Amino acid sequence: MARTATAPGVPTTPLGKAALEIDDRLIVAGPLRRTLNKVFPDHWSFLLGEIALYSFVILLLSGTYLTFYYDAAMTEVVYEGTYAPMRGLEMTAAYESTLKLSFDVRGGLFIRQLHHWAALLFVAAIVVHLLRIFFTGAFRRPRETNWLIGVALLVLSFAMGFTGYSLPDDLLSGTGLRIVSAIILSIPVVGTWVHWAVFDGDYVGEEILGRMYIVHVLIVPAILLGLIAVHLLMLVKQKHTQFPGPGRTEHNVVGNRLFPAFAVKAGGLFFIVFGVCAALGGLVQINPVWLWGPYNPAQVSAASQPDWYVMFLDGSTRLFPAWDINLPGNYTIPALFWPTVVLPGIIFTLLAAYPVIERKLTRDEASHHLLQRPRDVPVRTSLGMMALAFYIVLMFSGGNDVIAEKFDISLNAMTWAGRIGLVIVPPIVYLLTYRICLGLQKHDREVLEHGLETGVIRRLPHGEFIEVHQPLGPVDEHGHGQLAYGGAPVPKRMNQVGGARRAIRGFFSPIEEPARVELEQRRDEHGLSAAESRELTTSGRPSDGGRPQEPRD
Amino acid sequence: MAGLMAALVLTGTLYSALSPAHATEEAIQSESSAEAAGRELYERSCITCHGENLEGVPTRGPSLIGAGEAAVYFQVHTGRMPLVRQEAQAPDKPAIFNDEEIDQLMAYIQANGGGPTLPSGDLRDGDLAEGGELFRLNCAQCHNFVGEGGALSSGKRAPSLEDANDLEIYSAMLSGPENMPIFGDNQLTPEEKRSIINYIQTVKEQADPGGAGIGRIGPVAEGVVIWVVGVAALLFGIFWMGSKA
Repeated sequence: MARTATAPGVPTTPLGKAALEIDDRLIVAGPLRRTLNKVFPDHWSFLLGEIALYSFVILLLSGTYLTFYYDAAMTEVVYEGTYAPMRGLEMTAAYESTLKLSFDVRGGLFIRQLHHWAALLFVAAIVVHLLRIFFTGAFRRPRETNWLIGVALLVLSFAMGFTGYSLPDDLLSGTGLRIVSAIILSIPVVGTWVHWAVFDGDYVGEEILGRMYIVHVLIVPAILLGLIAVHLLMLVKQKHTQFPGPGRTEHNVVGNRLFPAFAVKAGGLFFIVFGVCAALGGLVQINPVWLWGPYNPAQVSAASQPDWYVMFLDGSTRLFPAWDINLPGNYTIPALFWPTVVLPGIIFTLLAAYPVIERKLTRDEASHHLLQRPRDVPVRTSLGMMALAFYIVLMFSGGNDVIAEKFDISLNAMTWAGRIGLVIVPPIVYLLTYRICLGLQKHDREVLEHGLETGVIRRLPHGEFIEVHQPLGPVDEHGHGQLAYGGAPVPKRMNQVGGARRAIRGFFSPIEEPARVELEQRRDEHGLSAAESRELTTSGRPSDGGRPQEPRD
Repeated sequence: MAGLMAALVLTGTLYSALSPAHATEEAIQSESSAEAAGRELYERSCITCHGENLEGVPTRGPSLIGAGEAAVYFQVHTGRMPLVRQEAQAPDKPAIFNDEEIDQLMAYIQANGGGPTLPSGDLRDGDLAEGGELFRLNCAQCHNFVGEGGALSSGKRAPSLEDANDLEIYSAMLSGPENMPIFGDNQLTPEEKRSIINYIQTVKEQADPGGAGIGRIGPVAEGVVIWVVGVAALLFGIFWMGSKA
C-alpha cells in the first residue's frame, strides 16, 4: 500500500502536516518532546508545592477581578451605600470601594473572600512544601539555589499578604499599618528617613495606599511570577529528587511522564485546590471589613491580629519585655526593634543559609538526588522540629488574648507561658525528636535483622513461648537477615509483604467484593500466605531461610 | 436656772432613751413594701459583703452608696451578683433573683444609697452609624470590633455582648461594673448611649453575608480554619491522588 511505502517520520494526516509546518518554522518538536516526557515522582508529598502554585493562579485570576472595582484613593468621602450601619460616615474612597465591592458588585464578596482564603492557603502551602523540602534533604547540592529562591518566594508572599491586608483601609488593616509604621520608625539611625520615604511624610499621609496598591498588584506579583518561573525551570533542568526505593538511583527518576499521566493528575489537583478555595470563599466569612469599620487612628479594637503567617511577629512583640534602650542625646532604641526587625532578620537569614550551614558542618559536598527519610538524619530533623516549635509558640502567643478570652485563662499567664515556653519547649522538642528518630532507625534495623513480627505465638516442646518472625530476605546460619538498610521504608506488617490476602481496592468505599477476592487468592496457591500456613507447622529452623522464623540472637 | 438645768437633763435623758428606737421605727414605717422586701433580700444575700448600711466590707465588697438601681439591675440581672466566690472578676451566670425581686432590691438600694437610675423609653432610639462610630471609639478597645469580647490583664476580661439586652448595656454604661469605666451622661449623652445600643443590637442580629461567621473575631479564627479545613482537605486530596498512583 502507498501509505506503508512513505518514509517513517513523514506525516500523512492533515494534523501531522500542519504540525510539521509549525515545527519547520519554530523548531519546537525536540524541546516539547523532552518536556512532555519529563518524569515526575508519584509520591504525594511532591504535590505540596503545586498547591501553592495553583493558589497563586487563583490569586492572579480573582485579584484581577477585584482591581476592576477597588479604588486605592485616600480621599475622604461620605458613605451613602447599601450597608445601613455605615451610612453617613466619613471614610476613605478605598474603604468605600471595598464596601461597594462587597455589597453592590455581583459576585464581589465571593471573589474577595476567595482571594483572601487563597492567600492564606498560598502561604500555608509554601510553608508545608518548605517543610517537606527541609526534612527530606531536598535542598542539598545541587539544589541550594532553588532553596534560596524558595525562601525569597516565602518572604515575598508575606509582602503580598501584608499589602493586600492593608488595602481595604478598615480599622483592622489600619491598625496593622500603624504597627508597621512604628516598626519602621524603631530601626536605629535610618528608621525615620525610611518612614518618610515609604509614607511620604508622617503616618499616615495620603500616598501609602496608592503605593501599596502598585506593590501589591504589579511589582511583587511580577517578581513572584519571575521567581516561580525560575524555580520551576531549575526543577526541570536539575530533575526531581525522589525517595530511595527499588530501581531508584542517583541517576534516574522513577515516576510518571508529564504527559499524559502527570498532566491529568496536576489538572485534577488544580480543580481540587480551586474547589477548596471556592468552598471556603462561599461558605466561610473572612475579613468582614464592614464589621471592622473605617480606619480612624483614634480607634483600635481588642484582638487586632495580622493574618496567621505574620502572627508569629505579633507574638514575639507580645512576649518581648519592654526594654527600651535609652542612649545619651535623647536617643532611644525602642523595644519593638528586637522582636519585629532583628528576630525575623535572624530567622530568615538562618533559613536561607541552612543548606550552606549544613554543608559546612557535615562536609558533605556531594550532589544528592535521592531524598533522605527524616529519621535517618536525626540532627537535621530535630533542628527543624525545634525551629517549628519556636515558631508555633510565637504564633500561638500572637493570638494569646483570644485564647485567654475563649478558654478563660489569665492573659498574664498566657504571656508568661509563652515566654517560658519559647525558651524550654524547643530544646524539649529537639530531644524528643532525636530519640524518636533513633527509635525508628533501630526498629528498621531490627526488622531487617530479625524479620517481621507475624503475631503467631508458638509453644516449643520445652514449654518456651516464642513469636514467629518472617525474615524479609535470605538469612545467615544464625537466622539473621542479610539485607542492608537502603534508606527506603522497611515493611513493618505482614500484609505489606503479602502475608494476608491483598487489600480490597477502593479509597472511599470498597469497589470489589471481599468474598470474591478471598476466593481469587485461595485459587492462587503460590501466595506467601499459602507457604506461611505450611511453614508454621514446622520447626522454624534457621535452614528454612525465607520462611517464618523465631527470633534468635 | 436649776429648773432649766433639770428640764434639759430630763429632755436629754428622755431623748437618748426613746429617740433611736422611735427613729428606726419611723424609717421602717416610711419604707414602701417594695423597699421592705428589698431590704429582706439584701439582708439575706448581700449584707455579708456590702455591709449592713451599704457601706461595703473591706476585702469583700464595695460600698453601694451612690451605686444606684442601674448598678443593681446590671449586676443582679446578669447573674454576676450574688457572687459565688471572690475571683478576678464576677462571671455572668443565670440570674438568681426573678424580675420582681430585682425590682425590690433596686428600690431598696436606690432609697438608701441613691445613684443613677434606669432609663425609660426605647433604648435603641439613636443613629445607627453614629452608634457604630461611638462604639469603635469608646468600647471596641476592650469589647472587640462588634462586641465579641476581649481579654484584659490577670484573668479579667471585657465580656462578649452576645447575650446582653438593651437595659443591661445601658445600665453597664451608667454604672461601670468591674473594670469598665463609667460613661456618665456627660461623657455619652443618653441619645449617644441609645445609638450605641442600636448599633450593637442591630449588628448582632444581622446575618453574616459571607457565610459562617466563625466568631467574627478575624485572623485567629481564619488561621484555624485555613489549617484545619483548607490545608487538611488538600492534604487528604493529595493522599488520595497518591493512592491512585
